[in-house]
Amino acid sequence: MKSIAIIGGGVAGMEAAAKLSRMGFSVTIIEEKDQLGGKLMQWHALFPARRPSAEVLSNLKKQVKLGINTILNARVERIEKNDDGFAIVLNHNRMITAHAILLATGFDIFDASKKEEYGYGIYDNVITSVDLEKAFSSGKVVTAQGKTPKRIGFIHCVGSRDEKAGNPHCSKVCCVTGVKQAIELKEMIPDSEIYMYYMDLRMFGRHFEELYKEAQVKHHIQFIRGRLSEAFENQDNSVLIKIEDTLLGKPLKMNLDLMVLLVGMQPSGGIAGILRDLEVEKDADGFVKQTDNQLAPSKTNTPGVFAIGTVTGPKTIEETISEARAVTLEIADYLHNKVASRILMNENYSL
Amino acid sequence: MIEFGYSLQSNRQIDFDLNDRRMLKYVRKNEPSIDWCMSCGTCASGCTAGATSDFSLRRMILMTRRGEEDELKTNIFRCRFCGKCINACPRGVNTRNVIYWMQQAVKNINAL
Repeated sequence: MKSIAIIGGGVAGMEAAAKLSRMGFSVTIIEEKDQLGGKLMQWHALFPARRPSAEVLSNLKKQVKLGINTILNARVERIEKNDDGFAIVLNHNRMITAHAILLATGFDIFDASKKEEYGYGIYDNVITSVDLEKAFSSGKVVTAQGKTPKRIGFIHCVGSRDEKAGNPHCSKVCCVTGVKQAIELKEMIPDSEIYMYYMDLRMFGRHFEELYKEAQVKHHIQFIRGRLSEAFENQDNSVLIKIEDTLLGKPLKMNLDLMVLLVGMQPSGGIAGILRDLEVEKDADGFVKQTDNQLAPSKTNTPGVFAIGTVTGPKTIEETISEARAVTLEIADYLHNKVASRILMNENYSL
Repeated sequence: MIEFGYSLQSNRQIDFDLNDRRMLKYVRKNEPSIDWCMSCGTCASGCTAGATSDFSLRRMILMTRRGEEDELKTNIFRCRFCGKCINACPRGVNTRNVIYWMQQAVKNINAL
């Protein structure tokens, strides 16, 4: 039986594991945390329809059952390539072998404290979209002083499209996440005023543009085009922001009770060793290089090593699921043809 | 009088803590489609009045949203109600009505 090691047990890893297992492969998920789920565990509701994340998570988890070997609290120490495939050395001197490796290691969330001028970690009432999502899960959104925020501002593109922050790319999902969160906040606090500060609104997905219009028309959320240069904390811990209203061509100032930074996705820093051992190339933006963006999006330059989900750039859950399903065919094709070509070449095959 | 080369300038900053947004509420109440505007500028590019003056509906709507009344007060009456902008607007904003109610708001600002 041919075996596949999936590194990462988030959305991409779980979906691919379930499908590969059903195709008859021996599948092992290597997850560094103490449970499966990845970043989805931090989220309360998903755009655009605000479906509870827990529902999607439990459906994905349900598929990962008997026949799939899941190793939790596992850290990859070293990977060696051999004639048969790969030997993966984990912490606590564990080792597994696999004929193919699937990288599903996901992304890192941009550390907002790197944009020091925005005051995250310095000012009390500056939070990130991840913090807000946790507050939604707790059912209560209040300022650091325990008051209900009356004026809230969302700052788009924090750590995205920012070459100085090391991330030239667009994180893609933050625009619609911001609009979704703004609507949720407005419903939670109906007498609040909500402002979105954006460079461009990239409502690329189905139902996203409609959500943007709903935010404007139904919830009276105002969109102001401009990028925040710096924020200040007032004595009452509210946040003063100054921004250029680029559509009016005028500077603008505003006090906010709560400022939410829409943090982006960046390449995972924890997989450097894995990529080095596997000799997998990265693109200039730091994400894993796809050998062919159109025709082989989940293949890496190393035969037998595949990559899906946000390890190859920012993606939505829908896109990640599609990739996870598509890669199963790529892997099956690879494993089958590897054997076939060895028979043709009359080589010793032991797969 | 000695010319010092500098003078007191008015502040051109939009101040959201001081600005008056009664106009937006008034126009929205009478013509809710003002909220549909996404500032694309289609209305302004083909505007009859805009060809010969500073009139731009895109800017007028933004000023209403930001509570910037000064420029609005003079420019809003330059519209000739030709209606080209209604045909052009991709989101179907009833632009002529929006302008009409903005004019009413400017005229009756103290009674709003």
